[in-house]
Amino acid sequence: MDFTTILIQLLNSVQYGLLLFLISSGLTLVFGIMGVINLAHGAMYMIGAYLTYAFVDWTGSFGLALLLGLPVMLVVGIIIERFLIDHLYKKDHLFQVLLTFGLILILNDLQSLIWGNDTHGVPIPDLLSGSITLTDTMQYPIYRLSVSAICLVLAVAMYWVIQKTRLGMTIRAGASNREMVESLGINVRTLFTIIFAAGVALAGFGGMISAPLSSVYPGMGDSVLIICLVVVVIGGIGSIKGAFWGAMLVGLVSTFGPILIPSLASVMVYLVMAIVLLVKPRGLFA
Amino acid sequence: MYNTPRSISLFLGILFVLMLCYPLYGDLIFGSKSSFYMQKLTSIIILAILAMSLDLLVGVSGLVSMGHALFFGLAGYVLALISPEYDAANIWIVLPAVLASCAVLGLIVAFLTIKTSGIYFIMVTLAFGQMAYYFFNDSDFAGGSDGLYIMMKPAVMLGDLQLLNLEDKHTLFYVCLACMALVYLILRMLLRSPFGQVLVGIHANEHRVKAIGYNTTRYKIVSFVIAATLAGLAGFLAATQYGFVNPSQLGWHTSGYALMMVIMGGAGTIFGPALGAFVFEILHSFFESFTDHWLMLMGTVMICVVLFLPNGIGGALLKLVERFEKKNKHIQTGDNDNG
Amino acid sequence: MKNTLNYKGFTRKFRQIALAGIAGALVSGGAFAAEPVKLGVMLPYTGTYAALGDAITKGLELAINENGGKLGGRDVEFVTIDSEANPGKAPQNMNRLINGEGADVVIGPVHSGVAMGMLKMARQEGAIMIIPNAGLNAATRQFCAPNIFRTSFSAWQTAYPMGKMAYEKGYRKIATIAWNYSFGKESLEAFEEGFKAAGGEIVKQFLTPFPKVEFQAYLTEIASLKPDAVFAFYAGGGAVKFVKDYDAAGIKKSIPLLGSGFMTDGTLTAQGQSAEGVMTTLHYTETLDNAKNKAFQQAYQDAYGATADIYSVQGYDAGQMLVQALASLKGDTSDKDAFIKALAAVKIDSPRGPWHFSKAHNPVQNMYLREVKNGENVVVKIAAEAVDDPATGCTMAQ
Repeated sequence: MDFTTILIQLLNSVQYGLLLFLISSGLTLVFGIMGVINLAHGAMYMIGAYLTYAFVDWTGSFGLALLLGLPVMLVVGIIIERFLIDHLYKKDHLFQVLLTFGLILILNDLQSLIWGNDTHGVPIPDLLSGSITLTDTMQYPIYRLSVSAICLVLAVAMYWVIQKTRLGMTIRAGASNREMVESLGINVRTLFTIIFAAGVALAGFGGMISAPLSSVYPGMGDSVLIICLVVVVIGGIGSIKGAFWGAMLVGLVSTFGPILIPSLASVMVYLVMAIVLLVKPRGLFA
Repeated sequence: MYNTPRSISLFLGILFVLMLCYPLYGDLIFGSKSSFYMQKLTSIIILAILAMSLDLLVGVSGLVSMGHALFFGLAGYVLALISPEYDAANIWIVLPAVLASCAVLGLIVAFLTIKTSGIYFIMVTLAFGQMAYYFFNDSDFAGGSDGLYIMMKPAVMLGDLQLLNLEDKHTLFYVCLACMALVYLILRMLLRSPFGQVLVGIHANEHRVKAIGYNTTRYKIVSFVIAATLAGLAGFLAATQYGFVNPSQLGWHTSGYALMMVIMGGAGTIFGPALGAFVFEILHSFFESFTDHWLMLMGTVMICVVLFLPNGIGGALLKLVERFEKKNKHIQTGDNDNG
Repeated sequence: MKNTLNYKGFTRKFRQIALAGIAGALVSGGAFAAEPVKLGVMLPYTGTYAALGDAITKGLELAINENGGKLGGRDVEFVTIDSEANPGKAPQNMNRLINGEGADVVIGPVHSGVAMGMLKMARQEGAIMIIPNAGLNAATRQFCAPNIFRTSFSAWQTAYPMGKMAYEKGYRKIATIAWNYSFGKESLEAFEEGFKAAGGEIVKQFLTPFPKVEFQAYLTEIASLKPDAVFAFYAGGGAVKFVKDYDAAGIKKSIPLLGSGFMTDGTLTAQGQSAEGVMTTLHYTETLDNAKNKAFQQAYQDAYGATADIYSVQGYDAGQMLVQALASLKGDTSDKDAFIKALAAVKIDSPRGPWHFSKAHNPVQNMYLREVKNGENVVVKIAAEAVDDPATGCTMAQ
């Protein structure tokens, strides 16, 4: 590997890591604050991608598709929280696992009922369709860079909201002591609904902006779920900061790992996770 | 919960005898499909063993593992890899080898995961299961995503004498049935033993058990290893039955289904998860037989169980029996008053 | 569409139960003509491969419907099982079709791993099995058996001829890339075999984790290697993503992309502009210019309102094969050996061009060199005529 290639690979790692962060952040947020594990997180990513496909098909505009898709994701999140998750707060995590596992089965089936089983592409929006020349054989699509930029902006925004705003303070307080926040007259139930819906919308948004890059196909959420779990476990469950650095680490490992040690291509990420657990059993930033 | 009420034991006994006698009436009721149903029954019995082994973790020790299929699949792979290609393996060698490898891996995974708890344990076990999945999925030596064949079923010999012929479907059925009964009895005995009581105590309140002076981590590790070994037994039987192992057997979907069987049947009751395996698999086959959208139905059933039957079938049965006995007692005391 | 199909299957089953009841009441002898031929169909109807399972089923139905819905004068009963593309369940499902439903023939699967599980049972129970897609070489090599047929292809067939084509195009150094699973590996090996035999050199082989679709790191490596061309195998969602990423990384301009035909089949709409100019080899293309293909495409369009793809053709040929064999037997399937002989002897006039079975029961068929032009796979020429898989290790081929 020459120096330029290494630089490009670093760019690849960061780009992949940022996207992973965006998708994982919702998972870790919902867990950290509400103590809920949502296995259907990957399915939400899939729904986001399919909605984009459907809305782009309908309106012809990627921007409009995002504007239409996000409220739908929020509504999906609200419905799931109000009708299903709400019954499980005082129960073992086990029941959350099973309920959201059941949800995956239902959503995968619904996807095939509504959109069929074909693979679909979503065109990259015209505005961002160019690319930057890196070497004589390699270019970098502007869209990929824009996705990274969006993820970065969201990461900073999330950090700011949670650390600096009143809402953030309430959220952090709610995470550590639900009764206390309630006694301050804040409706924790509504707060939880908002947070869960936000988590779902984050996963959906990840699916939406990935759709032009990854195309849209049945079962696309499953592998995303697993890699997000690894990110969250490495970073420390519930920590936004952890999810960020966990995603960066996974991005690095899954970019350089397969090139340097091809025989361990897909096991590598899990090996790193096992090592992290040995050193820090609760993740890097818990 | 450590003693099964007599009426439930009776109920389980009847079910067991019904299965035991299946070859007698199978042909009469199902005709030409009888042999198929017996094979299906065999595979459900194997899953029941898997579900019971998981119950030791989930229901008894309170360790919710989403990676239990790891040991189920691993057992099959070990069997396939150490069996000679065109000859029957010696069961007295391969079975201990398979169980030992599951126990050793169980120890390693337990060592890495047991310090975590709650949601963390769920996610970490799931991730380890996936790691094993990808390990076999990418492996050249284990046939990658296509999996491996076991050409001949292991031979059960004593010297030159053939004790059992596992190639025979009836024999295999009875062997699996016996293993299920054995695993049930082992787990019952374990639960009654002081060791089991400590596990139950850890589930209820780990801090208190620790305060009394028990090394709870060690207890949890031992229960994890036992559960892994029993899952290995189920995996051994499954690989023997169809002679085929594949990475999908250790994926997280398999673990999730096993967990569902435990909850559907009633966690912590040991017999419940076995019932759960039967109900789950029969429902699955039933849904699949009339619609392509069985996934949606199964998903709905799972959600309904979580919302409306969190203690599972076993829990419901226990409650029913309890209420019935209370009523009986009441009538009896009433009689005494009269007299 | 699938719903109606299943509904039909269900009513058929119901009717058959009624029929069986009447037959039982009459205590009639073994009048086989009254009994329908039972076709066990084991294909994926959920998950990633569901579109393929659907297309194969439609093709199969079309062939039988064109024959008046009958095989050798007998009614046909379908028993469909969702294979879920889950190899772990394959032996159980196969067992259900053979022993539970008593299927005369089992048709399936799509996925090579599932095929392994089914083959094991088919060999064990001696059931007749027709593979309408799964291309693992082993099915007609070391695991070949008289009762096992394949109407599709072997991985080797779809990639070997491209080796020579690539050399003829003037490429000397090629890098190869595929998913790290048996079909991917077999495709690459076959291509490399063909390319080396023609005199070319393989600079590097990349196997990427299956079924992951993150290719950026590999593309960067390829760009820095600067080979004359790249040969790739991906399918479905992976193929769409790979071809799009390859184009978006700007490599396609300087390093042409070649592939096994599945990379641009059923995926072109999703791939859009980025697939233009990709060259592949396969045994079929929708625009193939022959009378049979035109009639088939029209009939398929009329029946299902969709364009038939390669998978529909493979299903259709499985149907044609049954129509022919049962006609020659006049519907009598009681003698299994005669049934197998009749199946092995069929000569299929297929939309992909005529083909027949090799000794190992794999099609001997033409392979076409195709290029993507304006969103269609256009045939450039026949890459190799009557390609026969080497069938290494198959005892029937010796």
